[in-house]
Amino acid sequence: MTYPSFEKIIDTLDAGKQFSFPGGVHPDDKKSLSNVSPIKTPSLPQLITLPLRQHVGSEGACCVNVGEYVYKGQVLSQATTPYSVPIHAPTSGEVVAIAPHVVAHPSGLTEMCITIKPDGKDTWGVLTSMQDYTAHSKDRIIDAICQAGISGMGGAGFPTHIKASGSKPVEFLILNGIECEPYITSDDRLMRECAWQIRQGLDILDFLIAPKAIIIAIEDNKPEALKALDIACQDKEKYRRVSVETKYPAGGEKQLIQVLTNREVPRNGLPIDVGVLMFNVGTCYAIADAILHGKPLIERIVTVTGEAVDEPCNFKALLGTPVRHLLKEAKYNANKQDAPKVIMGGPMMGFTLADASIPVVKTTNCLLVPASNELTDGDNERACIRCSACADACPASLLPQQLFWHAKASEYDKAEDYNLFDCIECGACAYVCPSEIPLVHYYRQAKSEIRLQRDEKNKAEKAKQRFEARNARLEQEKRDREEKHRKAKEARLAAANGENNAPTVSSADSGTKDKVAAALARAKAKKAALNASPDAPSSNTTGDASAPSDVKEQANQSSTDAPVIDKKAQVAAAIARAKAKKAANANQTAATQPSSDTSPSTNESMGSIEDDKKAKVAAAIARAKAKKAAVADATTPQEQQPVAPKSGEMPDDKKARVAAAVAKAKAKKAAQRDAASENNGEHANSQSAASDKDAQKQARIAAAVAKAKAKKQQRDVAAPQESEAQQHQASSDSNPEDEKKARIAAAVAKAKAKKAQQQKSDQS
Amino acid sequence: MKLTVSSSPHQRVTRDTSDVMRLVIMAMIPGMLVQTYYFGWGMLIQAFIAVVSAVVMEGIVLYLRKRQIERTLTDYSAVLTALLLAISIPSTLPWWMTVVGVFFAIVVTKQLYGGLGFNIFNPAMVGYVVLLISFPAAMSVWLPPSTMASVAPSLLDSVSLIFTGFTSSGYDVVQLRTIADGVTMATPLDTLKTDLTQGVTYSESLARPIFNGSLFSSAGAGWGYMSMAYLLGGLWLIRLKVISWHIPISLLLSVFAIASFLHLMNADYYGSPIFHLLNGAVIVGAFFIATDPVSASTTAKGRVIFGAAIGFWIVIIRTFGGYPDAVAFAVIIMNMAVPLIDYYTRPRTYGHSAMKQRKR
Repeated sequence: MTYPSFEKIIDTLDAGKQFSFPGGVHPDDKKSLSNVSPIKTPSLPQLITLPLRQHVGSEGACCVNVGEYVYKGQVLSQATTPYSVPIHAPTSGEVVAIAPHVVAHPSGLTEMCITIKPDGKDTWGVLTSMQDYTAHSKDRIIDAICQAGISGMGGAGFPTHIKASGSKPVEFLILNGIECEPYITSDDRLMRECAWQIRQGLDILDFLIAPKAIIIAIEDNKPEALKALDIACQDKEKYRRVSVETKYPAGGEKQLIQVLTNREVPRNGLPIDVGVLMFNVGTCYAIADAILHGKPLIERIVTVTGEAVDEPCNFKALLGTPVRHLLKEAKYNANKQDAPKVIMGGPMMGFTLADASIPVVKTTNCLLVPASNELTDGDNERACIRCSACADACPASLLPQQLFWHAKASEYDKAEDYNLFDCIECGACAYVCPSEIPLVHYYRQAKSEIRLQRDEKNKAEKAKQRFEARNARLEQEKRDREEKHRKAKEARLAAANGENNAPTVSSADSGTKDKVAAALARAKAKKAALNASPDAPSSNTTGDASAPSDVKEQANQSSTDAPVIDKKAQVAAAIARAKAKKAANANQTAATQPSSDTSPSTNESMGSIEDDKKAKVAAAIARAKAKKAAVADATTPQEQQPVAPKSGEMPDDKKARVAAAVAKAKAKKAAQRDAASENNGEHANSQSAASDKDAQKQARIAAAVAKAKAKKQQRDVAAPQESEAQQHQASSDSNPEDEKKARIAAAVAKAKAKKAQQQKSDQS
Repeated sequence: MKLTVSSSPHQRVTRDTSDVMRLVIMAMIPGMLVQTYYFGWGMLIQAFIAVVSAVVMEGIVLYLRKRQIERTLTDYSAVLTALLLAISIPSTLPWWMTVVGVFFAIVVTKQLYGGLGFNIFNPAMVGYVVLLISFPAAMSVWLPPSTMASVAPSLLDSVSLIFTGFTSSGYDVVQLRTIADGVTMATPLDTLKTDLTQGVTYSESLARPIFNGSLFSSAGAGWGYMSMAYLLGGLWLIRLKVISWHIPISLLLSVFAIASFLHLMNADYYGSPIFHLLNGAVIVGAFFIATDPVSASTTAKGRVIFGAAIGFWIVIIRTFGGYPDAVAFAVIIMNMAVPLIDYYTRPRTYGHSAMKQRKR
């Protein structure tokens, strides 16, 4: 890729020489059909239909209502993003509809349009001009250009204010008056008739952008236009007029840059990357209109040509004028067409309209209505003979025939490898193809197919990432769990060896005491869980980094406090289970009916006071319920499965405890899961539960909870995963080999409960 | 108003595939006329046999392949292939050999590979090579130019010769090849090849009757003018942009360069560049055969390489190989290399840096 210096380019241009671009074709330009008569002003159409979006970018927000009276030039939509420009009422009248309407798009797309019924008075609204623009800041001028709704009028319709407000240095400001497409003469006529205003627009751009050089490029088949601009710009040496050799598509932005500067816009780059900004002459005219006269962009020059209209000419048409109206003005002769056909744009890159009610928009430069045999548009596709005429014609130095092979065979990766996306769809290849293959059509199809595939690939990739992240997380949790098991085991062994020191040692001696302690611990944990949310606001501030050890202490304390009598413990355990169930049920049934399931579970817990066996039964039921709740909350099934079989293998007395622990864990998990969506019900539930409890213990537990909470807050982001991981911990911890385990489990459960509750309150 | 919708561009050049083929056929006319003048009616009869059998065979294959027969036949590609084969073979070749050649060209090389646009090899040249390998004796029987033949066969004689092996007056091919003083006439390339094996130098060989009164002294009688006539048609094709200049020019330059190099090394043993350019099928090959778009390289750079390599092989095989001429072999060899050439000669796309292109 060559990159000639600024000086070299200027020298070349001043020597009257130009560079060239590869390929190109020379279709019959047919411009004389419409370039001989002056621009006409058509009559007011009966209805004006203005698409909200008429350019590249996003549409503005409509700011008028149906039935509202609008003045000519009144703003109809507001720019909502930097890439949108407003639209304005082209004439005064009443807004009669704001609804989707077929718009100028190859696919006959419908888009939101504002329909205005002109009142025929053509009354202007208030206009504010900036005659003395040099006294204003550049930002104000750019804003005025944006507010005038100006977007590129040559082709794609890129918002002009974006182009003009770049911060990169500009070497060449190019005014594109090439108009290389056959038939189109709108820029030609505009340059001939309004050269001075174009020059004024250029002055504004010069002030705004301050380029090192300004080049006005006009194809050498438009000598009158060149002369007009010569005269208009004769006092400005900076404004170089260049007569460019006629060759299609010399007017393409990239091609014109190559012709004038021999620089190439890098792939995926913009002209500004090679120090060039390019504006169409129509855009330039509109800028002068907006700044010097305060007139927004409400009309443009449209060539209506082709042999099927009796009076081909250029119209100064209001935006939103239906195509049908302009055809009528140009005396459309339906007899000259076998099948009605209207092309918006030129014969090379224009697209056929699906409906004659489609309105003229900011990018509509031509309406071509060819007579039956005027355009040689054969659809007599034959096999490619590899003649490479297409490659010789391609201005982007692509290999159209290879692209065609791969596009036709759906080998899109290969088509991309041959740089399919560098195709500018100029149509030169299809124009020269002796086998009459609609090459551009194949490329468009391939491009949209590739875009579709990319979208799907992106989606699949994201899903894959999510899946892998989840797998990694589960794997990590499993490892953490095993690690904890190992550590717990070591701790237990250590505790068993150094019996005398631990406060739990005395209770470890007798099985009954152990049981009681465990049950109490569980009960406390439950209580803590239930109390947590009401306490949350007040205790949030008492943050403590050493929370884990505190929780352990708490657990130890409660287990030492606990041993009173057998019965009491059982009662406590039963209550704890009931509570767990309640919590689970509340979550399951959502906030609307929090109490419906509580009564049966309370009954169960009442009955379970009688003896050991019953307690076990209750625990089992609680477990089942909790599980159900958890399942209903759509937790991952793997997490519950290991628990049930393991606990089933337990010796009977241990089983009850294990079950209780599991139930608790489950309930908490469920509660935590639901917390986000059903905070209110949860709150009500836990508050009522709290009132049942012993106040003394509550206070102590609350303090511990608060500490745990504070700690949790610090790790807010990791919280969900972490607590889930510990849920696992809870369920596997309840596989004790000896009775000490029960205590540990209880302590962990308590901590868990606190955490879960805390998280809930955090979320709420 | 219901409007018809179509895809852009809505305009195209009016020259389609059959126009291209017809133009090429037209460009061959001057050469064919000169060839007929020097080598008799035989060539026209061969052309007739070849065209008829090509059209019939292609029609049958298209029918069997369930393709559009009329539309495909009217692309004139089969006619062109048949004509190229007909001007390449000796004008006295028995008719059935011509038909066999056409069969291999049209049915095997073209249609069995998928029809026009899908054949890897140049059909006419494959047909020619099959005949050359299968019937070497018959394929090397070239009549002397009419200017020096003792018996110039008439139209009827030629028909009779091709279909029966004898003219109406009973001469066979060998007798027809004998010129006035009883010497058997061979083509200029044959003459030199035979002479060189017998220790005769190149300059001594040029004194043979076949080189008498011919263009630039080193072109065979008639052969030089025939080549010039084909050159005329070829230049006309370039002017009309039916073919690009890349292949013919690079081929001719390559032949010229390599022949010059060898000739300068040893003028006794190696023919001059003019000798190589104007004798045999180099000119026809450069403008009409190597430029067959289907089997040639498609990129501009690739076409230059393709043409130059064919030129290289022509001189090398003529000089060091067993056959006097080598256009067909050279073309077929390079047909095989086309995918490779195309792949490595992709042009730099607009906006891409050359480095990136190479990396990909």
